[in-house]
Amino acid sequence: MDLYAENILDHYRNPRGKKLLKKPTIEHEEVNASCGDSLTLRLLIKGNVIEDAGWDGTGCAISQAGMSLLAEDLSGKTVEEAAALSPASIRTLLGVPVSERRLKCAMLPLLALKNALRTRKKEPPLAWAELLEEDIP
Amino acid sequence: MALNVPDIRRQFPFFTTNGSLVYLDSAATAQKQEAVLTAMDTYYRTTNANVHRGMYELAERATGLYEGARATVQRFLRARHSDEIIFTKSTTESLNLVAKSWGRAHLKKGDTVVLSILEHHSAIVPWLQLQEEIGIDSAWIDCDDEGTLIMDDLRSILSEKKVKLVSITGQSNVLGIRPPVREIIELAHRAGALVCVDAAQLIAHHPVDVTALDCDFLAFSGHKLYGPTGIGVLYAKREILKAMPPFLGGGSMIEEVRRDGFTPADPPYKFEAGTPPIAEAVGLKAAIDWILQTSWTDIESHEKSLMRAAFETLNGVEGLRILGPKNPDAASACVSFGIEGTHPHDLADILGQEGFCLRAGHHCAEPLHRRFSVPASLRLSVGIYNTEEEIRRLGPALTRAIRLLRK
Repeated sequence: MDLYAENILDHYRNPRGKKLLKKPTIEHEEVNASCGDSLTLRLLIKGNVIEDAGWDGTGCAISQAGMSLLAEDLSGKTVEEAAALSPASIRTLLGVPVSERRLKCAMLPLLALKNALRTRKKEPPLAWAELLEEDIP
Repeated sequence: MALNVPDIRRQFPFFTTNGSLVYLDSAATAQKQEAVLTAMDTYYRTTNANVHRGMYELAERATGLYEGARATVQRFLRARHSDEIIFTKSTTESLNLVAKSWGRAHLKKGDTVVLSILEHHSAIVPWLQLQEEIGIDSAWIDCDDEGTLIMDDLRSILSEKKVKLVSITGQSNVLGIRPPVREIIELAHRAGALVCVDAAQLIAHHPVDVTALDCDFLAFSGHKLYGPTGIGVLYAKREILKAMPPFLGGGSMIEEVRRDGFTPADPPYKFEAGTPPIAEAVGLKAAIDWILQTSWTDIESHEKSLMRAAFETLNGVEGLRILGPKNPDAASACVSFGIEGTHPHDLADILGQEGFCLRAGHHCAEPLHRRFSVPASLRLSVGIYNTEEEIRRLGPALTRAIRLLRK
């Protein structure tokens, strides 16, 4: 199965969750400066549950489709469940093989999520090397 | 067309192994001619020894090969003296050498270095580092929408600021534009500034004569000239090198080392610390010897036809916007573009799956991309071995890729 499968293209052409939230609990922007992919993630958190996830962004089909898929997946998760998401979870979400060369595109949504949660806890942001260390293709 | 392209192609083993690939990324790195590979392999199999220090005959032969490469580069660049040729590992290292050795010794707070908006990061960042380190200023020459440098920018900066150096590319790795380097050098010299030319792209596509140009520094890499990676050249005028402190410190660049200090060697060795890339120098010499078998007129005429075919092909794709020049003759060996509603990375990936090798990104020229208001572009670049036919095949492939991605 190819990276540009119908599911990916569908989420690219018709992104889900691409919206503003009225009063987001956190808002965080993550940019892949080397290629111009950027994602702004907004989460509405009540108690320890992610009630709603909205986002905005520009960039390649993989990063944008990936964010769309992740945003759908986040609603209803606890903060702990969201923090536990890994590169493997993203690979499952995408459902298509991701080559080395598109890894950062595919994982940008995850980095945005991790760093949104870290910012909320006033922790330092995760760097790419640390994030990708967990990745087992 | 005087070039026998099929015959040339056959001399590059890469194309035999990768018959189905259309390689349009020579600006990133060029493929290697047979003689280059043979020369390096033979060196390692028969004449490998460390250079300059050995007192046995084999070491003298190895040294002869290394210094022979230096002499070849000198002739290739038409430099007056072989000690004006320094081997480094790349253009990037050469440009860093200029900034960190010449720059640190001769620049102070308030001095200005002029950069063109076309420059590659390797010609920008070392000066920005000095900006942070010692407080020099940088001033920029902008270009118009077709990529032509605005020479009035240079003239005003030269008259208004204390300019010590102008850093200019011989050929843009994004737009293919060739700035008027000779004119820039004349203006700079009149204002008392030195000029450093980045010839990384120019070197494989046009004859370079450092004496005629009268540039003060010039840098290029072996791997873009159909030679190996891991070797670059810095040319600098003899008097300038004499007044520069060493860059890297270690063996070979010293006359004497004591516990309390050291005396550096004379140029070029002063700037060649440690064991040099000997096999790579041998490979570079073979690449230069090979390319000099073909006339520059024939090479440039062939590449001009390739660029005309490229522009024709790209201009036939709906929604495609070429960055910079409208006239293919103003774009030497490369052209960069974007397509509405698509991202360069996606296009490059999909084209790659069909066997087309193009580069996507900002090509280490972010200031240039920002000036054109795009985060990234797709780049097609050509080498001596490309054909018009393979370039034209890109047209339908682009159309298919766009159809797949378009919302």
